[in-house]
Amino acid sequence: MSLDNLKSFDPFAETDGGDDKKDYIHIRIQQRNGRKTLTTIQGLPKEIDPKRVLKFAKKEFATNGSIVEDTELGEIIQLQGDQRQKISDLMMNSMGIKKSNIKIHGF
Amino acid sequence: MSEEEQKKSVAFGETTDLENGEKVETSEGNTAEGHSVAENGDAEASTFDPSAVKKKKKPKKEKESENGEEAPKENGDGEAFDPKLLKKKKSKKAKAEEGEVGAEGDGEFDPTKLTKKPKKTTKKKAAGDDDDFQKRLEELGLEDKKDEPAAPQTQEEFEAELAQGGGVWAQDNATPFKYSQLLKRFYINLYEDHPELSGDGRLKNYKIPPPQVAREGNKKSIFANLPEIAKKMKRNPEHIIQFIFAELGTNGSVDGAGRLVIKGRFQQKQLESVLRRYIVEYLTCGTCKSPNTTLMKENRLFFVNCNICGSRKSVSAIKTGFQAALGKRKKMQA
Ligand SMILES: [Zn+2]
Repeated sequence: MSLDNLKSFDPFAETDGGDDKKDYIHIRIQQRNGRKTLTTIQGLPKEIDPKRVLKFAKKEFATNGSIVEDTELGEIIQLQGDQRQKISDLMMNSMGIKKSNIKIHGF
Repeated sequence: MSEEEQKKSVAFGETTDLENGEKVETSEGNTAEGHSVAENGDAEASTFDPSAVKKKKKPKKEKESENGEEAPKENGDGEAFDPKLLKKKKSKKAKAEEGEVGAEGDGEFDPTKLTKKPKKTTKKKAAGDDDDFQKRLEELGLEDKKDEPAAPQTQEEFEAELAQGGGVWAQDNATPFKYSQLLKRFYINLYEDHPELSGDGRLKNYKIPPPQVAREGNKKSIFANLPEIAKKMKRNPEHIIQFIFAELGTNGSVDGAGRLVIKGRFQQKQLESVLRRYIVEYLTCGTCKSPNTTLMKENRLFFVNCNICGSRKSVSAIKTGFQAALGKRKKMQA
């Protein structure tokens, strides 16, 4: 018999504070060399296939991108350039994601 | 979101443009990206369907998104044209002018500016009392004209004299203090030491100095007045730094003078928008919007306790989230 179920809740883990339950989709921007930037999307819901999103976004935003597997955070979509507004519009307009579930970071 | 209210209660001082040259440079890159946002809106909605669950939300949603998120918008439009921005600036200026008659105009927060209005009333009142007293004295046939300063002092002169210990405040000055002078001194000191006690509505004008940002070399930016801003917000600079780094997806260091050196090129308005978000999340009270709050950590949870209305809200710990390993990427691409 395994005692795995006892591990499911760690009372001493760092917590999120108030919005524990909320699974935000984080859209971030990072500066690369020079004026170039990189947009990352973290926390897409499971029912959405990141590969399809990437494929569509690449074509629609005329940019390049990739999917990165993060051990803790799952699959991350990376897009070249500042695509934050465009990708959040896309998610709200055609992926049925609520604005309140999207967190856009950066300047 | 109460972004609007927010702006009212916490305002940045007049912005000083440290980097006019720089702005032009960075805006070209951004405008190109910014403009296509609107154009894309409709096309996307009609074609994309990743989950085949929900289709095409109404255009109404788009509107919402356009004026909702303030930060990326400011950035996206660059300097090109943003009526909202202009309006904001104008109203700020107007407010500033009505409130700060003798402002030095360097954009710094000056507590004395804020005391002006209430003090004027006390001055008048005190002067009125004085007049009554004078009349009664005259009725009694007594005159104390010799104590009266030759010309009525202006507020500035009064404050300068008080600060320097000149005039009546001089050590060797034997003329007795007047009640009105002492009262004025009381209000000045009270405001300087305990602004929250010196009358209501005062904190509506709570101002945070704009971030002073300069470029260091080609790849770093310096946020010079972070300690001052942290002190004004009564927050640990470390906490603010953590937030800035997490938001900007970068890192940096603090130099000997307490200035924050950030990796990457950032402009004043960009840091201002990050600070604005910090203020909304970690400074203002969720109930009364007062910025007079305390950040506390209890059982690994963070709380913002309001010093005005006593309400408390829990806030999330700052998380960096995913950060792309840019160095590696560069090497891989090369
Ligand atoms: Zn409050």
